This record gives sequence, C-alpha cells and structure tokens, in this order.
Amino acid sequence: MADTRTEEMLMNVGPQHPSTHGVLRVVVKLDGETIVDAAPVIGYLHRGTEKLAEDLQYTQIIPYTDRMDYLAAMLNNYALVHAVEEAMDLEIPERAEYLRVIVMELNRIASHLLFIGTYLLDLGAMSPFLYAFQDRERIVQLFNEISGARLTYNYMRIGGVKWDAPPGWIDKVREFVPHMRESLKMLDDLITGNEIFLNRVRGIGAYDADTAIAYSLSGVNLRCTGLKWDLRKNRPYSVYDRFEFEIPVGENGDCYDRYILHLREMEQSLRIVEQACEQIPDGPVMGKAPKFVRPPAGEYYSGIEGARGELGVYFVSDGKDKPYRLKFRRPSFVNLQLLPSLLKGQNMANLIAILGAVDIVLGEVDC
Amino acid sequence: MIAFFDWVNQALSAGTVLKMIVGGVIVLLFCLLVVAYMIYFERKVIGWMQLRIGPNRVGPLGLFQSFADILKLLIKEDIVPREADKPLFLIAPIIAFIPSFVVVAAIPWSASHVFTADLAVALLYYLALSSITIVGIMLGGWASNNKYSLLGGMRSAAQMISYEIPLGMSLLGVILLAGSLNIADIVTAQQRFMWYIVPQFLGFCVFIVAATAELNRTPFDLPEAESELVAGYHTEYSGFRFAFYMLAEYMYVFAISTLGATLFLGGWSGPILPGWLWFAIKVMAFVFFFFWLRATMPRIRVDQLMSFSWKFLLPLALVNIVLTSVIKYWVNAG
Repeated sequence: MADTRTEEMLMNVGPQHPSTHGVLRVVVKLDGETIVDAAPVIGYLHRGTEKLAEDLQYTQIIPYTDRMDYLAAMLNNYALVHAVEEAMDLEIPERAEYLRVIVMELNRIASHLLFIGTYLLDLGAMSPFLYAFQDRERIVQLFNEISGARLTYNYMRIGGVKWDAPPGWIDKVREFVPHMRESLKMLDDLITGNEIFLNRVRGIGAYDADTAIAYSLSGVNLRCTGLKWDLRKNRPYSVYDRFEFEIPVGENGDCYDRYILHLREMEQSLRIVEQACEQIPDGPVMGKAPKFVRPPAGEYYSGIEGARGELGVYFVSDGKDKPYRLKFRRPSFVNLQLLPSLLKGQNMANLIAILGAVDIVLGEVDC
Repeated sequence: MIAFFDWVNQALSAGTVLKMIVGGVIVLLFCLLVVAYMIYFERKVIGWMQLRIGPNRVGPLGLFQSFADILKLLIKEDIVPREADKPLFLIAPIIAFIPSFVVVAAIPWSASHVFTADLAVALLYYLALSSITIVGIMLGGWASNNKYSLLGGMRSAAQMISYEIPLGMSLLGVILLAGSLNIADIVTAQQRFMWYIVPQFLGFCVFIVAATAELNRTPFDLPEAESELVAGYHTEYSGFRFAFYMLAEYMYVFAISTLGATLFLGGWSGPILPGWLWFAIKVMAFVFFFFWLRATMPRIRVDQLMSFSWKFLLPLALVNIVLTSVIKYWVNAG
C-alpha cells in the first residue's frame, strides 16, 4: 500500500464558497480528502482604506472604519478615535466613555454570536445560526436606536459620541442582559454537549502558546492557548478598569477552546454591560474637541481589544488635519497567517472547521 | 374497488395490464403528492424548531409552496457544463431517481395490498433496488467535471455502501423473529406477538442510524455537505435535473419510513383507527424524526462516519443477530 501513488488535486475553496465567510480563496492541494498544501489568497475585497485615509481629515476617516470589520463597527470606530484622542491628550466626558463601553461590549456580543452561529453552520447545523441571529437582531435594534444604523454605526466621535442614548435606551439594555444570559445557556445546552460537535472540534487545529506568540496572534486565538492577555485588563483604556470581569482562557488551543471562549467572553461582556448600565453618570456626551483635529507631529500607536483580537491604529502626524500615514493592525489579517500551517495534513472537512474557528472577517483582512 | 385492482389473482390479459398501468399511475401520483407535502412538512417543522414561520405565502397556509417550487424548477434553464461528460451527466439523475419509485411497489399500504406487490422477498427487493441510487449519485458527481461534485460522489459511494451493510444486518433480527422476508408476513407476525421495536430494540437503533446515513440526511449529509462541498454531487445540476435528485431523496425518506413502520412498529395494525391511517401515522412519526434531526445536529466528519459504521454499528448489528438467534432458539426449545 505504501507504494500506491495517487494523483493530487488542486482545488480552489473560494473566493465564492459558503464557508470562507466572505471573499477568501484558499488554494488547497488534495490527496483524496487530505490536504497536502494550502495557501490563502486574499485581496478580493481590498478598498485601500489606509491610503484613502491620507486624503481625509481625522473625523472623516471614522465611517471608513465601519466597513473594515463590519461585524464590530463600534470597536473599529473606537480604535480610531481613541488613537487620535490619545495623541491629542483629549479629555472625554464620563457619560460618553460609559456609552462607548456599553455599545462596544454589545457589539462584541453581536460579533461573537455571529461567530457561534456561522461556525455551527460551517459544521452543518443550521438552527444555532438562526438562534444567534435572533439575539443579534436585538442588539442591532438597540444600535439602530442609538446610532441610526444597523451595520455601519459611525457612532463614535473624536471627543465623545455622536448622540446621547435616547430616553429609555439604557433600560432596554438592562432588559437585554438577562435575556441574553438565557440565550447563552440555551446555546450552551444545544451545542456544547453535542457529541458530533465535540468530535468535530476537539483536538482539531491545535497550537501552543509559543506558536501563537510567534505568529503575533491576539484575541481568542491567543487566549485559547492558555495565555491570559486581554488589552482591557493588561493595558486598560476607557473606563474598563472600573468593572469586574474575568478573562476566560483555554487549555489546548484547539477549535473547541476557541468556540467555548467565544461563549464565555459573551458572559463576561454581559457583566461589563450590566455594571456600566448601573454606573453610568449623567452629563454631556461630547468633550471640548477642536473643530479641526490636528494631533501634534509624531508617531502614534494605540491598540484596543477588538472582537477578534488586538485592533491597533498606527498613524504618523505631520501636525496637519489629515494623517501623513495611517495603518491599521487588523487582528483578522494577523490571525489568518497561521492558517496554512494548521491545514497541512488535515482533511477537507477540517479545513472548514479550522478556518471557521479562526474567526475572520474579510472586510478586515483586506481593509 | 379492491377487487378491481387485485390483479395478482387475475389472469394476464389486456384488461389486467390496463388496470396495472392505471394502478401504477395512481400510486406514482400519490407518491409525488406525498413528497411535495413532505417538503412542505419539513420546512414547517424546521421553521417551527428554529422559531421561524416557514412557507406561508403560496396558497392557504403556504400549502401550494411545493408546487410553486416544482414549477420554478421546471421552467429554470437546464445547464450542462461544457466540460461535463454529457450523456452520463444527463442520465445520472434518472438512475438515481427511478429506483426510489420502484421500491414503493413493495410497500404494504394496508393489509389488503391494493396497488402494490405482495413480494415474498420484499425486503431483499427493497435493499437491492435502493442501492442502485448510489450509482446515479456517483455518476452525477463524476460526470459534472467539478471537483466538489467528484468529492461528493466519492463520499456518497463510500458512505452508502458502508451503511447498506449495517442496515441490512439490522433487519436480520426482524427476519429471524418473523421467519419471513415478506413484509406482510412480518406485520402479521407482529400482530400475533408484539411490535418488534421492543424485542428488537438494538436492531431498531442500528436501523434508524443506518437509515439516516443511507438517506444522506443530517448528521450524515456528507455527499451534499453544502458548507464543505458547496452542494456536493449535485453542485452543477440545475432546474429539473436537480429536482430529480431531490425527489429521489425525499422518496427514500418516505420509503425507509414505511419500512421502519412496518418492520418495527407493526405496520398497519392498531386499534380503532383504520389500518391505512395507523400506517400513515407511524410513517409520519419516522419522517418527523428525520426532520427533527436535521434541525438539531451538526454534520459528522467523513472519516468518523466510516469508522462509526464499521467499528460500531456493524458489530452492534452482529451482536443483535446473535442475541436474537440465541433467544429464539431458547424460546423454541422451551
């Protein structure tokens, strides 16, 4: 049998494929159903955001960040405005910071919900996807009320947020928290104990902490290896140091850990939202920001804990109202690098399981 | 009515042949109707489980949805890929489709066997014919000249052949108990004794798992595997050729449910209600079970599927056969 030669087959998974979560193309070399080699090909969604930003005033860049990781637009918004605010040393009203934290954590939940739903869809189960979408819809409704949009929120401003929450909005968020806790329990019951699911994800696509650091992974993809690294705790920004929450970590660095961490992180986000709703003070939501934002000349970097990992904004200012150079550190892009080495030797069905667990958004990969 | 269609006991003449044709067409139309409403039923059941409404636009309660879908498929463009193996591509769905309707001939709707054949070897007939569909699926996958289709076709060949064996084995216990391959005899034997789901519970478990795999339904829908292989063996099929595959799949769901109902749940037997209604209720219970699974389960991996069949299901079926034989021997000896 060892002498049997089989012909290898080159197959394109994507750019149009139901499980590449967007326009990602993975060129796989298959021996039967076993992957001999795999190479991701990106760039189908490239819009040149970073280059466009050089021609835009800082405030005008915000809507462009909405379109990067379109599942966590609030976090993208914040990453940019936070970097500029830090560079200019601006003081932000407390109410604005609390509103930011609430919407960011809700957005993290919405994003993780979509992860769980689409991941299970990748593994062939349809119901969790619809359940997840129903809960996400409630968050989207909340965002619609506060920002006027359902996907590209454009809610953050340099110096604060665009609008205060409409009357009764905070109460709606408060009501949402216990509902979401119930939903998480239901998802947990439905999925986590399922033997087929466990067989599909346990021990699949595993790597250790050293590999994760070597590839500069962040977010769940890093924490699944057991490393407790979360910028909300390790380099607290905004008002995160005022809340009690934990950073769940995995043990084996496999697909199962990445799935379960998404679930546990949502629980922690709910805790943060709950506390923020209790503590939120009255007051203005916009600080004293100059009309034309002109950070002093220099290089700046600021990273926040995005839904998919460290979302960083690096920019060079020459003292004018437009950045001289702007670069985003997109966690999806960084995390995707590990994919080829994870895929070698796996079979075709595992490709989908591994790719799904990396949790990428192609809008962010290509930017 | 019954006497009119009781051609088994009539001399072969032009009139009998005509009656056979009329009877055959009636059964065929009835089956098409059943399939159409099974699709509706599935969408409603899954919609209900997923907190959705399901079809409710076409006709009252969406009852004509399936016919609208059929009409849509009929008038869709029939695309044959340029590089496909054309004759095979065209014939494959027909090969997959025909056996699914032919097996219906052996289904005992009721005790009086109107329309259908009272075959002495009905079980063998069913198993033998249903395995022809594998050829149709594999040919379709191969002839499409699409790598996803090819993988789907290969998977289906491996899967369906593997699960055919435990499926057949799981029925052996029933055959041993009843002492017959005739489905009607098996039902009668259950009427005298008890439903075989009780003494043959192990066999029933193997049967239901193997049947799900044989039907290519979730969690064993690997030949199709829409999230891995796009649509598997029928990726390149459009319009009514695609519908042929779907028809075959749903027909088999129905056929295997009837088999399960007759072999393990006593077929048409039951108190008060007429036989055909009992039969329909039992069949629908099976059908509902398959739909329920689809709303609940993720998909198993291909290598796990194979090892599950060979290393778990097959030994379990063998254990069941041995146990049944031993118990039957003791009972007979006693």
